[in-house]
Amino acid sequence: MPKDRAFDHPVSSEITPRQVVLDRRQLMQGAAALAAMTALPGRSQPARPGKLAPLPAVKTTLAGAQTMDKPTPYAEATSYNNFYEFGTDKADPARHAGTLKTQPWTVVVEGEVSKPGRWDIESLLKLSAMEDRIYRLRCVEGWSMVIPWVGYSLAELVKRVEPTGKAKFVQFVTLADRAQMPGLRSAVLDWPYVEGLRLDEALHPLTMLAFGMYGEVLPNQNGAPLRLVVPWKYGFKSGKSIVRIRFLERQPQTSWEAAAPSEYGFYSNVNPQVDHPRWSQATERRIGEDGLLARKRPTLMFNGYEAQVGQLYAGMDLKRLF
Amino acid sequence: MSDGSMTALGRGTLPPDRRPPRIAAGNRWLMHRAAKPLLFVAALGPLAGLVYGIFADTLGANPAETLIRSTGDWTLRFLCLTLAVTPLRQWTSWQALARLRRLLGLFTFFYGVLHFLCFAWLDMGLDLQAIVRDIAKRPFILIGTAALLLMLPLAATSFNAAIRWLGAKRWQTLHRAVYATALLAILHFFWMRAGKNDFAEVAAYAVVLAVLLGWRLWRRFARPANA
Repeated sequence: MPKDRAFDHPVSSEITPRQVVLDRRQLMQGAAALAAMTALPGRSQPARPGKLAPLPAVKTTLAGAQTMDKPTPYAEATSYNNFYEFGTDKADPARHAGTLKTQPWTVVVEGEVSKPGRWDIESLLKLSAMEDRIYRLRCVEGWSMVIPWVGYSLAELVKRVEPTGKAKFVQFVTLADRAQMPGLRSAVLDWPYVEGLRLDEALHPLTMLAFGMYGEVLPNQNGAPLRLVVPWKYGFKSGKSIVRIRFLERQPQTSWEAAAPSEYGFYSNVNPQVDHPRWSQATERRIGEDGLLARKRPTLMFNGYEAQVGQLYAGMDLKRLF
Repeated sequence: MSDGSMTALGRGTLPPDRRPPRIAAGNRWLMHRAAKPLLFVAALGPLAGLVYGIFADTLGANPAETLIRSTGDWTLRFLCLTLAVTPLRQWTSWQALARLRRLLGLFTFFYGVLHFLCFAWLDMGLDLQAIVRDIAKRPFILIGTAALLLMLPLAATSFNAAIRWLGAKRWQTLHRAVYATALLAILHFFWMRAGKNDFAEVAAYAVVLAVLLGWRLWRRFARPANA
């Protein structure tokens, strides 16, 4: 058997002529420059609320990371959210998260990595340049916000711990300490709360490790001292107050999959065409912006990040892998 | 039964078989002319609170959700109060509670209608097609709608003339539909919370309703002599 039979060689007529390739490159460079020009003006960062320690950052240059949507008022973004460790009511986190102790804080990185280890919060804060990014956030319950986060791409950390060839998934384990979190007394979910991403999703530059919002460190109720932000997935995928990051060969089960497998899938990408079994996902209410009698606004595919992340799911049946 | 209040009411001198029905202090309050108007005003309290909240912007970050949920909560609370009238009457000597039952029942229906309107308007934008689709899509919405529709004939026959037209027996049979409403209402609430696996509040209402309905069953079947 000839040595090169293992490879499929294209017939010469199918090879793209050199000039076409060059033209194409030029076109793409032009498009990128245009995108950069339109992306850079962006929306200016909202004024600092002056509640917590400032977390200085530079404006991101990442495409899609600076939405033009109007940021949600700080008061609403910090008083209406789900963080079941502090209670299931959306006002509970703001009410009860005062007991969360965020110093000292350590994140254990383990599993299929060449450099497992423990990272204290100080070293994570210094690991890469902090960026201001403004993301849409869509909750699976049908409401949405626009949050100016401070942090950097999770990929920065992933690169440093060097996943092995076996690593295909990343699991995020969040804090579960009864002494600090009154909600753990309830059996609503199996604690600790765990979430997961495919490695390529974790490496996508939009996937963010956030340490702050609105130019200041994260309030406890929003997942201090560090949390995940995956803007094209329903909010519950973005674990708060992370203590452990595990690199795995097999797809891990997430807390919501375990609690209601028919309602919450591993991917949980924002998708107006795939309804939650119990309600439509076609529209959403923008908190703090849409009036009481305003029509709900249409939900966008991948929460409006299709151009950036659509290729991650090419060829996948998103109805089945919801 | 205690008869401690007898002498206080000045009826202690009559022989036991000649005594008029005992009137407990609670009954005197309930028989007062102002009792019904007071209850009426109090029952409008939750609505007043919500309307105030809309204008004072105190309904939280998602006022629509607060309105939908609060009106639902109040429907369930008034349903419990309505169903508590008869058992309370039997447990205590406050016979006059019966006077307030209709008012409480009608307020249950009133808050149920508000609950539906909030859903239809604030959640569905009064889009009739969307409402119908949603009722078909979400079993818990279907159950809630059924619970409300089941209250409609009860509300429509709540006045005295309707009792005469129907005859007391048929009227009473019809109004037993409230038990089905109670079961549907708690199922609606359970199903709504099932997705979040959060049943603490559902359980509280379920226990109250189970006691109120269970008491009736017990009287009917376990103690036939006293029924």
